[in-house]
Amino acid sequence: MARNPTPLMWTLFGAGGMLSALLFPIHIFLLGLAFPLGWLEGPSYESLHALVTHPITRLYLFAFISLPLFHWAHRFRYTINDLFQLKQGTGIVAGICYGAALVGTFTAAYTLWTLS
Amino acid sequence: MADTITLDVARYGPETDSEPSFQSYEVPCREDWVVLDALNYVKDQLDGSLTYRWSCRMGVCGSCGMMVDGQPKLTCAVPLSDYAPGPVRIEPLQFFPVVRDLVVDINDFLEKLRKVQPWIVRDEEKPIAEGEYRQTPAQLEAYKQFSMCINCMLCYAACPVVGLEEEFTGPAAIALAQRYNLDSRDQGAAQRMETLDEHDGMWGCTFVGECTKVCPKNVDPAGAIQLYKVASATNWFKSMLLPWGSK
Repeated sequence: MARNPTPLMWTLFGAGGMLSALLFPIHIFLLGLAFPLGWLEGPSYESLHALVTHPITRLYLFAFISLPLFHWAHRFRYTINDLFQLKQGTGIVAGICYGAALVGTFTAAYTLWTLS
Repeated sequence: MADTITLDVARYGPETDSEPSFQSYEVPCREDWVVLDALNYVKDQLDGSLTYRWSCRMGVCGSCGMMVDGQPKLTCAVPLSDYAPGPVRIEPLQFFPVVRDLVVDINDFLEKLRKVQPWIVRDEEKPIAEGEYRQTPAQLEAYKQFSMCINCMLCYAACPVVGLEEEFTGPAAIALAQRYNLDSRDQGAAQRMETLDEHDGMWGCTFVGECTKVCPKNVDPAGAIQLYKVASATNWFKSMLLPWGSK
């Protein structure tokens, strides 16, 4: 069963890339610019809190945080390999990159699970 | 427009030179000339020792690929006047070993091509008496684009991964593998997948996309490699979810 995991990592990479490209601009525009600068009237703390604690929003945020982390990990891994033209140690680079994405994923899962 | 243009041409003779050098030639800059015409002018009128490959002069044979001002080009397909007033630099395709002047050694490429079995693979040939393998226009359309490749190797000279990793199978070979996978007469997809489903196969590709940009036949090798990755990922999930199923 020791199959090469590259197709899995690439799928996560692709999914994360699509999520980031489609959704990040919307989130950045609304939460980073439009609400704080008063271009649009933002939601109240209570309504935003109610939104975030809804199970579907938690799931959404989990995918929204985790998949782009794997996108970063995959791209950063290849960037490091190519930039420094690594012949050895590529396994360590992969371990660090995907490991960081896993840590981020578990942290996000824990935070979203325990949010009340 | 100036009447002449200067070509700075890379020269290398393995018997006399330890490394390539440049030689300049002043040639007419005619409106109806392509870069290859200028090289032919040099060969015929100025310096018969200049060595380069060419044949058809019409973008079909794929033998006149060179670096023109640092970009991989079919020299029969780029107007000389595009580079006026010059000078224009002409070098052999990068990432290939140079045999002489503008001629590169393509043996490694041919070996990679052979490895992906770019021919129709059948489990069993049907008897000739049963006639030919028929295809609908839709079945032809499925692979036609990838069959337009003329093996000019511009995509190899454009691909930074080819430059970094000698073992990488490379754009044209993977696109050609995909061309046969998509052919309704072919049954060799699983064999090709075994060759390509590793780092030196399709996974070395980081989707830079330069191969597609420089392709003179609009084959879109980058697209073919992406399709291949999707096929590999589908196989991967199938074998994980249905480990008892056939591969």
